[in-house]
Amino acid sequence: MTEYNFAYLDEQTKRMIRRAILKGLAIPGYQVPFASREMPMPYGWGTGGVQVSAAVLTPSDTFKVIDQGADDTTNAVSIRTFFQRTAGVATTTATSDATVIQTRHRIPEEPLHEGQILVYQVPIPEPLRFLEPRESETRKMHSLEEYGLMHVKLYEDISRHGHIATSYAYPVKVEGRYVMDPSPIPKFDNAKLGDMAAIQLFGAGREQRIYALPPYTQVVSLDFEDHPFEASKADHLCGMCGANDSYLDELIIDDLGGRMFVCSDTDYCEARQAAGHKGKDAA
Amino acid sequence: MIELKDVSKTFTLHNQGSAVIEVISDVSFAVVPGECVALTGASGAGKSTLMRMIYGNYLTQAGEIRIGDLDIVRSEPRDLIKLRRDVLGYVSQFLRVVPRVPTLDVVAEPLRALGVPADEAQNRASALLTQLNIPERLWSLSPTTFSGGEQQRVNIARGFAHTYPAMLLDEPTASLDAANREVVLSLIEDAKARGAAIIGIFHDEAARTRVCDREIDVGRFTPGMAA
Amino acid sequence: MTPLLSVQGITKRYGAHIGCADVSFDLYPGEVMGIVGESGSGKSTLLNCMAGHLIPDAGQVVFDTRTDGPRDTITMSEPERRMLGRTDWAFVHQHARDGLRMGVSAGGNVGERLMAVGERNYGDIRDKATDWLGRVEIDATRVDDRPTTFSGGMQQRLQIARNLVTGPRLVFMDEPTGGLDVSVQARLLDLLRGLVRDMGLSAIIVTHDLAVVRLLADRLMVMKSGRVVEAGLTDQVLDDPQHAYSQLLVSSVLQV
Repeated sequence: MTEYNFAYLDEQTKRMIRRAILKGLAIPGYQVPFASREMPMPYGWGTGGVQVSAAVLTPSDTFKVIDQGADDTTNAVSIRTFFQRTAGVATTTATSDATVIQTRHRIPEEPLHEGQILVYQVPIPEPLRFLEPRESETRKMHSLEEYGLMHVKLYEDISRHGHIATSYAYPVKVEGRYVMDPSPIPKFDNAKLGDMAAIQLFGAGREQRIYALPPYTQVVSLDFEDHPFEASKADHLCGMCGANDSYLDELIIDDLGGRMFVCSDTDYCEARQAAGHKGKDAA
Repeated sequence: MIELKDVSKTFTLHNQGSAVIEVISDVSFAVVPGECVALTGASGAGKSTLMRMIYGNYLTQAGEIRIGDLDIVRSEPRDLIKLRRDVLGYVSQFLRVVPRVPTLDVVAEPLRALGVPADEAQNRASALLTQLNIPERLWSLSPTTFSGGEQQRVNIARGFAHTYPAMLLDEPTASLDAANREVVLSLIEDAKARGAAIIGIFHDEAARTRVCDREIDVGRFTPGMAA
Repeated sequence: MTPLLSVQGITKRYGAHIGCADVSFDLYPGEVMGIVGESGSGKSTLLNCMAGHLIPDAGQVVFDTRTDGPRDTITMSEPERRMLGRTDWAFVHQHARDGLRMGVSAGGNVGERLMAVGERNYGDIRDKATDWLGRVEIDATRVDDRPTTFSGGMQQRLQIARNLVTGPRLVFMDEPTGGLDVSVQARLLDLLRGLVRDMGLSAIIVTHDLAVVRLLADRLMVMKSGRVVEAGLTDQVLDDPQHAYSQLLVSSVLQV
């Protein structure tokens, strides 16, 4: 195979990361500091997610990577290849076949089941960062449950745009305790965070933080009584598979402003097409 | 209502060689409800000083000053604050107000401090200002820009807004024309009639004779002046 | 009657240097107390010790809490103290930018304390914020503007609105009119006086401006070298100061 240790990281490092993961699972939504390692890829390419995946992978796992829902983008392909080479694990694009799924910016459309692990790549783990830049202060706010500031952000949204314009990385409260940034997933996916059968792990490499949601955790998106949370998506059907319940990407298809909407989850879309579903733009 | 027993006052000027100046010694007298007593004596005899001591504005070194049940020489600041709000009124010679506050609010303020609703307090203030011939067009302006006589009348209106059981009046008729002087004197007579105990300083002898029941010569309590 | 705040033997040292020493007093509901003294006299140190921003080396700051009666705020847990800090207490900083979020709209600044105590209705929060802007004489049309676009006097009034929106019972003020034009100061003083009276607030005001305490404070403490040298009714201390230092302080003021 290669001269790398299984899944690239040495065993001591993986142990250290697993301890952080266990602590994160024990305190859902709490950001656990960990000693993030240099990885053979730049920050912002998912170094946090890769380290978490490396720590949880076993030789019998089946690994799937998605980037914005797609299995075939550069980032997804390179991370999948990385673990094929350093861990020799089986890989797949089928959501239901995977045991570990690393993701950037999406949750698969197909409901996950028990025994699966969803690993998120997180750029900025601190939801309070934009209003309170002092790390010492945000930590204190978390420990004392002083979350008024989070609503100030939503208030500012409504006062400026007439509605809550935050459409991704939408803050949630976990088990009535910690406010958490779910990573830059569209708020459409927020509805899937809570009560999920799979384990959800979040890794921020540059910021050196890991946090987690154990299976069937209560996750509530923050909102106002008179401006309730809405898991919105483009109001169209998928052009390829005709799905009305999946998150859609908008594609510009010519120089005349022609557009089409397709599922961002490529596996979901292909599976539906294989089952005979057809959208209006399908060939 | 107002009772002084063996009251003495000294000023110690720490920054001028710690000179100790004895200004008042061993004053004793009492004023009953419905009575008006004039403080008299030559300029510098200590009339204003004594009045300020009774108001608690100057500290008293010895003796007792009782207003109602309270000995203000030994009272806590908060008791004195309450006394000044509810019981003891003081019309000084000078109007001291926050700049920019309209005259009507300046006059209504003592009532507002007592918890009287704004419209009721303003009605009372309007009535007094009308009585004292302050033109209505000035009510919305700050009195800081008014003439001396106008300021004095605003000061009196403010002092009479609440019906204090005890009042101190320092030259209330000074710099007033005949008509306004008459209004002020009738205000004093009304206050007496409702049972207020009043101590006043009046240079205006005719006024003094008309409203005061007794005179107390402060000069005889002033060390170095009696002889 | 129970004092709203009872300060007992507060001492704070900075190494060998004394910040403030053995300060004690009681403040009753509705009272406004001024603390004056020259720079370095310890008045700001004392204020910060009382407001929980500094931990004194000795002494107690007993506050009459709504739920449990008198409690020493120095030994209470930090979450409890911080909760007081955004409900029953308010702190008005000398520099408005220390007390405001400059990147958040005026409405958001005022609404923050409401959201911090659990209000979750946007319409209600916005209505209250707008109402408070009116009470501090800021035009309602400015509700979505950031404080960076406000004048110094407006920023200070916004800071006051932000502090008073939750109906605190005790307000700490550190040189609230410092750095403002004289005409702006007068307007602010008038506003503060009205709010103190109408809301029945108690307040502790640190300043070196004797004119400010004469107009705002019922009582006065004079500090020098960390110690209280004289205390009493404001007009008594200013008109008949007893201590050598108070006499010097009063006689040093320029008459206009």
